[in-house]
Amino acid sequence: MSTALYRKDILSISDLTRPDLENIINIAGKIKSGDKTQHLKDKVIASCFFEASTRTRLSFETAMHRQGASVIGFADSGSTSLAKKGETLSDSIRMLNGYADAIVMRHPQEGAARLAAEVADVPVINGGDGSNQHPTQTLLDLFTIHECQGRLDGLRVAFVGDLKYGRTVHSLVQALSLFDCHFDFIAPDTLFMPEYLLDELDSRGITWERQESLEAVMPLCDILYMTRVQKERFEATEYVHIAASFILTADLLKDAKSTMRVMHPLPRVNEIEIEVDKTPHAYYFEQAENGVYARQALLALVLNPEVKGEGA
Amino acid sequence: MSDLKPKLQVEAIERGTVIDHIPAGQGLKIVNRLQLLNNQVRLTVGFNLGSNASRLKDLIKVDDWLMTEQEANELALLAPNATVNIIENYKVVSKFQMATPTELVGVFPCPNSNCISRSEPIKSHFYVRENKNRVQLKCHYCEKLFAKELFN
Repeated sequence: MSTALYRKDILSISDLTRPDLENIINIAGKIKSGDKTQHLKDKVIASCFFEASTRTRLSFETAMHRQGASVIGFADSGSTSLAKKGETLSDSIRMLNGYADAIVMRHPQEGAARLAAEVADVPVINGGDGSNQHPTQTLLDLFTIHECQGRLDGLRVAFVGDLKYGRTVHSLVQALSLFDCHFDFIAPDTLFMPEYLLDELDSRGITWERQESLEAVMPLCDILYMTRVQKERFEATEYVHIAASFILTADLLKDAKSTMRVMHPLPRVNEIEIEVDKTPHAYYFEQAENGVYARQALLALVLNPEVKGEGA
Repeated sequence: MSDLKPKLQVEAIERGTVIDHIPAGQGLKIVNRLQLLNNQVRLTVGFNLGSNASRLKDLIKVDDWLMTEQEANELALLAPNATVNIIENYKVVSKFQMATPTELVGVFPCPNSNCISRSEPIKSHFYVRENKNRVQLKCHYCEKLFAKELFN
């Protein structure tokens, strides 16, 4: 299968078309099923985490190693020339551009990955830039939804918790808008979806509803996407009251469809009770594992003009 | 007193640019911007002058500087309906209305203090778009949307 993603920068989920997304899901599925093709043999990939991120970094680096790449880089910028000698990000990227076949980066400032892509000739993959974009989280979410529901079209997806500041939710909503999904949003007033995103859904004819409680949406949804309500956004007493309305208990799941699955970008705090882990609805740890397969697929497609895979 | 017509309130120039029909109150912001572009330039400014089209306007005359349409359009967010007159030998040789551009490069810093364009040696870059009759600027780097009023 030839790839439209070859040598392409992956900065924002909006850079990817529906065929791109389907291609990534397809390849990720083959890899998870046991395809061990060394798509990254003889490649050197720079894994540059200017901001620490255990889950994203380790899953990216696992994806690189599993496909035969050599990995260079750093886990935080504290030991780099950037922090110690005041080097600009642009200069750091120019240097890395001469060493590696691709640059995977996370940075605490919004727009850092786009700037890096303008400076570098090699493809840049955004592993998160401040509060802006984190496209590979969305890829693993899409792969997970496809895996547990067998499709992406025609699903009813409910998002719960911090829908205002959570880039994970914004990107996933944008990506699922390419498929015929219906959205339910459950959040306190102060953390509801940004107006510009709702306008975007309306202008594209995507249907959505605001729901008042988890109970209301439970029998209806195919995916319940939970997010963390951050304590620091509220006063202590207000937080206790608000958080209690957005906690998923095992008891609440009794009205859910048998095929409904619960997802969460992790780490969770207390918004999903531990008891939920034992139910067949819990899917967040599979979701985390899928991060490796989705990132393997993306790297394979970005670094190869053609990706066949075993059995293709 | 009756001889003092509005058009004589600011002295004519031999060669340069006259920015007319600036909404009253916006003139000073345009002056600030012009001085950032060229701090040697000689300006004559009129505030709260009479106008046919609106009750009061500001007006700026710039000596010996023929403003390009692009330079003028970069000021369009501040005064969307202002007109620009290019003067040679005391005569208007061309006249155009400021038009909101589709992109603005290096004009305003990004209001997001955590945007990479604020800390790297690069120019800010915005895409101008209209949504429900509101003009908004989207940063090319941090992708955040800002109301145009933030830049006024």
